Amino acid sequence: MLQIENLHASVEDKEILKGLSLNVKPGEVHAIMGPNGSGKSTLTNVLAGRNGYEATSGSILFEGKDLTELEPEERARAGIFLAFQYPVEIPGVSNMEFLRASLEEVRAAQGKEVYDSVTMLRKAREACKQVDLDQGFLRRGVNEGFSGGEKKRNEIMQMLLLEPKLALLDETDSGLDIDALQVVAKGVNSLRSPDRAIVLVTHYQRLLDFIVPDFVHVLADGKIAKSGGKELALELEEKGYGWITGEGA
Amino acid sequence: MSQNPEINKFLDDRYEAGFVTNIESDTLPPGLSEDVIRTISARKGEPEWLLEWRLEAYKRWQQMKHPEWAHLDHPPVDFNEVSYFSQPKSMKDRPETLDDVDPELLRTYEKLGIPLHEQEMLAGVRKPVAVDAVFDSVSVGTTFRKQLEEAGVVFCSISEAVHSHPELVKKYIGSVVPQSDNFYAALNSAVFSDGSFVYIPKGVRCPMELSTYFRINEEKTGQFERTLIIADEGSHVSYLEGCTAPQRDENQLHAAVVELVALPGAEIKYSTVQNWYPGDENGVGGIYNFVTKRGVAHDNAKISWTQVETGSAITWKYPSVVLRGDNSVGEFYSVALTRGRQQADTGTKMIHLGKNTTSTIVSKGISAANSSNVYRGLVRIGPNAENARNFTQCDSMLIGDTCAAHTFPYIETRNPSAIIEHEATTSKVSEDQLFLCQSRGLDEEKAVSMIVNGFCKEVFQELPMEFAMEAKALLEVSLEGAVG
Repeated sequence: MLQIENLHASVEDKEILKGLSLNVKPGEVHAIMGPNGSGKSTLTNVLAGRNGYEATSGSILFEGKDLTELEPEERARAGIFLAFQYPVEIPGVSNMEFLRASLEEVRAAQGKEVYDSVTMLRKAREACKQVDLDQGFLRRGVNEGFSGGEKKRNEIMQMLLLEPKLALLDETDSGLDIDALQVVAKGVNSLRSPDRAIVLVTHYQRLLDFIVPDFVHVLADGKIAKSGGKELALELEEKGYGWITGEGA
Repeated sequence: MSQNPEINKFLDDRYEAGFVTNIESDTLPPGLSEDVIRTISARKGEPEWLLEWRLEAYKRWQQMKHPEWAHLDHPPVDFNEVSYFSQPKSMKDRPETLDDVDPELLRTYEKLGIPLHEQEMLAGVRKPVAVDAVFDSVSVGTTFRKQLEEAGVVFCSISEAVHSHPELVKKYIGSVVPQSDNFYAALNSAVFSDGSFVYIPKGVRCPMELSTYFRINEEKTGQFERTLIIADEGSHVSYLEGCTAPQRDENQLHAAVVELVALPGAEIKYSTVQNWYPGDENGVGGIYNFVTKRGVAHDNAKISWTQVETGSAITWKYPSVVLRGDNSVGEFYSVALTRGRQQADTGTKMIHLGKNTTSTIVSKGISAANSSNVYRGLVRIGPNAENARNFTQCDSMLIGDTCAAHTFPYIETRNPSAIIEHEATTSKVSEDQLFLCQSRGLDEEKAVSMIVNGFCKEVFQELPMEFAMEAKALLEVSLEGAVG
């Protein structure tokens, strides 16, 4: 589904990713871990197409198509979803209005039936319930005055509705208490399916207790330094990153 | 944060109302003199008192200087290059009904999406709105007269009202905006051609929305309409005003006066969607819009101005409320969008004279490209205005980094019991907001339009339903090409 080959990427002329390769197949859950500054967030931003995050060489193929050629909205319509680490507020635009516009674009592009307003509202209410958000949040401005945890749950709610093929979660666990973490994990797990892939970027192993990955990769200095199964995360928890990045235990 | 170069690119000028209608017109040669005023008055068969009133205004105007205090930059207007009167030729014998109106004119209004055929409106799903259409200098037709007459409501052109309701016109014209109020009001008083007249009798709630659409068509023609709305005791009216003009290379002058009189307990809601031609991206052409709008609210009366301004090269306009009566209420809700090289200096004046008077001001300015957007507001509390209360919220949004937003709030209070609040913010359409929208499948244009619409929400909520849709659509068209 997602094939990254020898990817180099720069932010403001500074090279952050230095030859990263990763292969994600449908149905798999990959966790990307690594110390601060190793390039984790850069990777998700490059994949989602954020302005200023430029792939300088190497290739990114999504279902065989060159992703770097696509605008962010085209990537979204192709089925890629990024759950933001710091979701911004859009004052005055209600969550419901935002969801409706988003689903309309994405579903139409994918040749799926566009929900009528009754179905849309029902789906949105169900999604709210799944992430334990009060329905009142649908009427509020996008992320306007939401707490950190509410913003994260709102992201997952959007993901549930958009049913992406590839979900990228950028430190979705940061700033969440254990209850919220479980709610978020439950939402993500409900989306696991043989034709869908999930890439989790996280700092801590704690999220992986709830969303059990198939593969764990350690990112260091813009490259994948080590890959393994879920047990690698436990090893990291115990030993820290030093033994992989070579900066002393 | 890195600058998004796309945001800085500017608006492709898409102005949908920019077509010209080929209609034979009877237009006075350019220039202003006593003779011109006498000719206008004679053409309209006006009574002597009105001619005198016009000439008095002209005398005052000649002694006045062009206002220079506004934050606007434009070459001086040559008042002798403007033609002060133009009417479609076929109008010479005034049409009795809409069936007598030149079909070309009706088509113009159809193109603009303004239905003048009552049948169509009644048959369609649209809620009926009575329309008075003003083309260049004259009113071409008013719809739903019969239904309005049954309710006792008078809705006609002001030229007609001069003949049919001379006592009301004579009593109230200039009572809110005196002839010598300001330079452009004086000019308007001298040469005003047409406009709408509304009278709502005591205790009557007007059965439908009233609406006037203004269209400047003829080249080098100024439009000087004058609108007078009188809401008698305890009555209620909602009035909508829309404006468009063809796309032309030279600047055209629009200097209107609107007077509202809300007698005790009456309520007037006045909404404007102003979409005069703004000129191209280099600032060539466009309407110079110098307008004086003011209302007087008597005891327990309420006047509410809502405006959505996206057009004109220059906008100079401050819809105001004089809160003369006790417990009267004044409101001003405004969205002003400038792009290209548009300049807007707009805002309001709330003059509190009565006790327990309340005013609310919500202004949203959006500037893009090389435009300049100014909010200028005055809140004045008179010495007898016990317990006056004002709340002002003034927000500016910038798109790109070559535009400007300014806020000039003036507060003068001469009564210590007054409570005045002023809140102001300036924000930018941020890259993070755009990226969030894009990663949810919306393209940049849709994203900007959604963000801007959200910013304007508090004002759009104040507009009557159909106008709110129109305003939203207008904003979308105006923002097209604002990015990418």
